[in-house]
Amino acid sequence: MRQVPLSPQMTVALPVLGAASILLAWQYLLPLLGVPAYIVPTPTAIFGVFQKNFTLLMDNLRPTLIEALAGFVIGNLAAVLLAVLFVHSRVLQAAYFPIVLFFNTIPILALSPIIILIFGLGMTPKIVIAAVICFFPTLVNMIRGLDSASDNEHELFRVLSATRSEIFWSLRLPRALPMLFSSLRIASATAVIGAIVGEWIGSDKGLGALIIQATFNYQSDRLYAAIALSSSLSIALFCLVVLVERRIIKY
Amino acid sequence: MANAIEARQLDVGYGGRQAAVKVLAGLDLTVAAGSFLSILGPSGCGKSTLLRVVADLLDPLGGTISVLGETPHTVRSRRDVGFVFQDSTLLPWRTVRDNVRLPLGVGQRSLTRKIEDRSTELLELMGLGGLSERLPHQLSGGQRQRVAIARALLGEPKLLLMDEPFGALDEITRDRLNDELLALWRRSGTTILFVTHSIAEAAYLGERVIVLAANPGRVVKDLDMRPFKQEGNRCKREAPVIVAAMADLRVALERAS
Repeated sequence: MRQVPLSPQMTVALPVLGAASILLAWQYLLPLLGVPAYIVPTPTAIFGVFQKNFTLLMDNLRPTLIEALAGFVIGNLAAVLLAVLFVHSRVLQAAYFPIVLFFNTIPILALSPIIILIFGLGMTPKIVIAAVICFFPTLVNMIRGLDSASDNEHELFRVLSATRSEIFWSLRLPRALPMLFSSLRIASATAVIGAIVGEWIGSDKGLGALIIQATFNYQSDRLYAAIALSSSLSIALFCLVVLVERRIIKY
Repeated sequence: MANAIEARQLDVGYGGRQAAVKVLAGLDLTVAAGSFLSILGPSGCGKSTLLRVVADLLDPLGGTISVLGETPHTVRSRRDVGFVFQDSTLLPWRTVRDNVRLPLGVGQRSLTRKIEDRSTELLELMGLGGLSERLPHQLSGGQRQRVAIARALLGEPKLLLMDEPFGALDEITRDRLNDELLALWRRSGTTILFVTHSIAEAAYLGERVIVLAANPGRVVKDLDMRPFKQEGNRCKREAPVIVAAMADLRVALERAS
């Protein structure tokens, strides 16, 4: 049976109600079930951390934000440039794409200690890890995107005697943008993951470090607050990508 | 007047000179400048391939071809040739006007002839005046093809190659665009090579209709339509002479298939 579509008001109200119902159950049901606060603190306790330790949270958000953003920009930029190189040189693509493919199969957690060995303990290794984690999906999507113009479109540009760079700027690149943005959306979340993973392995600053410290000290309200903040960071980055995408892609 | 196209013993195929697949073999064709030639034929007979050789999108394996008295490459580099594809091949991120203006943005460096921006005039001419800021996905199929034709005409090509441009349109829209195309042709004096699957369309539009046979492609029928038409390639679709010519073409097409 076909379902009646929801009204616009309901499509906004229902997710809010859904979230509220879960928060309420979390706040009042979990303590009743005897779940101790050091394992799952209540939402109000977590919210309290944001009031009590706001400076601490912000001080740790800042490095993670910088690492994630820098990694996002560097990783995606490198991927886009390499994709451009690959689609213009089939020889290079044939020679090096399999190596990139192999590189991608190494789990980022296994790779991270090596990156920290190379780059030390500052912000650089975290940026590198965030960049590496963003790199591969964008590379693959960008190569596919740049190659996605149809034969007729290429013939049209040839009839017009377009140069290689004109074909790139007026055909290949605009064709690739929707695919680029879909990988940037993914990268907006993975860049934050990369920064946090990097901080776990060796750092005393950042949300990743805060998560590790809070876990070892049984400060679970602080741990949950750090987690909520990391996810907010991903969401903010994601929204930023979507905003830019909507401005650029109108068709 | 010089001929627009002269092809002698033209061989075209895919997969190199020792190609097993010859799409066109020993094709002889002369097309007078300023004429309207319809090309009919079964699928795979090389109709589109012939257009691609003329447009310098494909090199022949053997034989000679001259376009406007020169090599296809020279003519393409000078941008004396316009091409309209079956799917309109509009760039979805460009507005109607910017699609029409595409030839201004690309190929200018290799160009010996500067193209003027006649987009406003052409949009009016093609009945697209009010749609110039729309995006292609906001247009109907017929409107999209009008944009594609306007784009091909922007450079005032001496030769217009059309590869089943109205194949995907409904019959009413197709008939209307046929008339608009004829009006354009009368006004511009451009040579048009028009590939189609439709016998009626070929007979109505062409001053001359050739039928190609497949495996390998060659001319099996060459029908001069001028005796059946009035001044300026005008005729009624249902005129008995046109219907008789269509029957003639149908027999040739059936034999060719």
